[in-house]
Amino acid sequence: MSESPFRTGAFGVTGSGDTSGFGGLVRVEPGGAVALHSTDRPYGGWFDEVADALADAVGQATYDAAVRRVLVDRGEITWFVHREHLLVLLQALRDDDALRFELCSSVSGVDYLDAGGPTGERLHVVHHLTSMTYRRRIRLETAVTAEDPHVPSSTRVYPTADWHEREVWDMFGVVFDGHPALTRILMPDDWDGHPQRKDYPLGGVPVEYHDATIPPPDERRSYR
Amino acid sequence: MTTTDPYAGSRETTEGRVYTVTGGDWDLTFGSDPLAEERLVVNMGPQHPSTHGVLRLVLDLEGETVTKARVVIGYLHTGIEKNTEYRTWTQGTTFVTRMDYLAPLFNETAYCLAVEKLLGIEVPERATTIRVLVMELNRIASHLVGLATFGMEMGALTGMTNGFRERELVLDLLEEITGLRMNHAYVRPGGLAQDLPEGIEAKIREFLTIMPERAAGFHRLLTGQPIWQRRLRDVGYLDVTGCIALGVTGPILRSAGLPWDLRKVEPYCGYETYDFEVPTADTADAWGRYLVRMAEVTESLKIIEQALDRLRPGPVMVEDKKIAWPAKLSLGADGMGNSLDHVKHIMGQSMEALIHHFKLVTEGFRVPAGQVYQAIESPRGELGFHVVSDGGTRPFRVHVRDPSFVNLQATAAMSEGGMIADVIAAIASIDPVMGGVDR
Repeated sequence: MSESPFRTGAFGVTGSGDTSGFGGLVRVEPGGAVALHSTDRPYGGWFDEVADALADAVGQATYDAAVRRVLVDRGEITWFVHREHLLVLLQALRDDDALRFELCSSVSGVDYLDAGGPTGERLHVVHHLTSMTYRRRIRLETAVTAEDPHVPSSTRVYPTADWHEREVWDMFGVVFDGHPALTRILMPDDWDGHPQRKDYPLGGVPVEYHDATIPPPDERRSYR
Repeated sequence: MTTTDPYAGSRETTEGRVYTVTGGDWDLTFGSDPLAEERLVVNMGPQHPSTHGVLRLVLDLEGETVTKARVVIGYLHTGIEKNTEYRTWTQGTTFVTRMDYLAPLFNETAYCLAVEKLLGIEVPERATTIRVLVMELNRIASHLVGLATFGMEMGALTGMTNGFRERELVLDLLEEITGLRMNHAYVRPGGLAQDLPEGIEAKIREFLTIMPERAAGFHRLLTGQPIWQRRLRDVGYLDVTGCIALGVTGPILRSAGLPWDLRKVEPYCGYETYDFEVPTADTADAWGRYLVRMAEVTESLKIIEQALDRLRPGPVMVEDKKIAWPAKLSLGADGMGNSLDHVKHIMGQSMEALIHHFKLVTEGFRVPAGQVYQAIESPRGELGFHVVSDGGTRPFRVHVRDPSFVNLQATAAMSEGGMIADVIAAIASIDPVMGGVDR
């Protein structure tokens, strides 16, 4: 990743090479967005209602301590939270009458590698919650470092998180403390490493012709 | 070394002490359990005709009663999510279509809707209508396979042959529309790969007249049949509370009585403008799921007819030349390919068009950084795509919330305490597609 979180241009051209007329497109690295940006109140729509209800449910002090920043982007809202408070927030989101996020649609991992912000919190665990009562969707994002990849397990609040968390462990090596049986789920039991991490080496394909090989995808010629 | 061992008698010899090991703890450990001799751990699959694909079950049995059901998956893991990170956004379509291979057009559409949300673009009206059209055709094909394998696993083999025969009608249509029976890569970010072929509307309308009779035939064959009813009723019970706790959606949730269908509650692709019902049942068992799927086939036919009626001429790809695939793809005798006119244009007439074609096809377009979650109602429930972009020409991360993956977690809740034969009925009623489960 470049030093600046901002990149310009449609085709990654630096300098004056852009003849496409698309040089006006400004892009922000997602990790940079995590590290740098927070949306100001009011968030708009029902987002403020949910934020207020959540603060009421867990108490303003806990809310302030738990939430690092809130990001509204493309009509979706994300709470970036500290892992210590994740379960308190999830419990309130599920049970509070004004929130009622009954369904945990998905738990996914993302590895931001170098773009994990100044603290090196590259591994993100994202909870996608759905309120069937109010027909709303929100996202909770927890970031940890690869050296201390511990996140409390949400299986006690949402039993459906069981397999999702096993998959995130399998693919990203995030340890979910309190999970009933955190074992690999998609890869074989004796597999080494966590394949969906960005620094996991990819395999090439040997070709039976003068020791030639097809290099792994990330070493082939490609566009940035 | 201890001097006395309760399970090994010993005697002194000239060579030292010799132990006689007897293994006497067997009775001590299991003697008090009257069912101990009947306990059996059975491994079922991954290669087994009744496990709905390469699914492995480890069942603890006491007689014919299942005391514990564990599900082992991963036998069809192909690393699709990781692969998409090394391909362009457009190529992503060709990967995700292979996940839930019975519902490829749903994978493609959900993925493309997510990419389009990231891009902030809206696809032309005609493209959206055709997406709805092919998705609903696909839903019928998927449910027919679900019902066919259901029949096969329950021993109703005519159900299987009929189901696959009816599905062939749909696959013929999809082949004519997209060029392929499965793994279509037809829906692309920004619209569709190509417009509908000439004369397909008449063929779809003909299908609409044939299919209701075939669906009725299914009812005649299975619904009233006493064996079918006894195998399905009160089997694989899971109520609304259990469904939501385990994240189960789709026909299973609707068979428990909750009319939760993303086409209605969170409309996309203009589903709010179509007139259709959300079938439910109140039995929360395999029987209800069977009926819900049968009813959904009929509802899909209604949607297809409405989609046909509102088809108007127009583009099927966004106008933006920085996103729209430059090759005007067309369907030839040997499948789908570039149109000759386009090849002539870039090879003989316009250097800029050639450069543009080359850049867009090899490098692809860039998608502004950010993340979105897009969910649609696939035949099996909520199909969600969590797509992250770092602003590059390739997805930074694509995570798929596949409904089969989540629904399969309910196996234990549905099967434990029941008979071993009912495990098959329960899993068949979940209708998991292992390509989607393992991705």
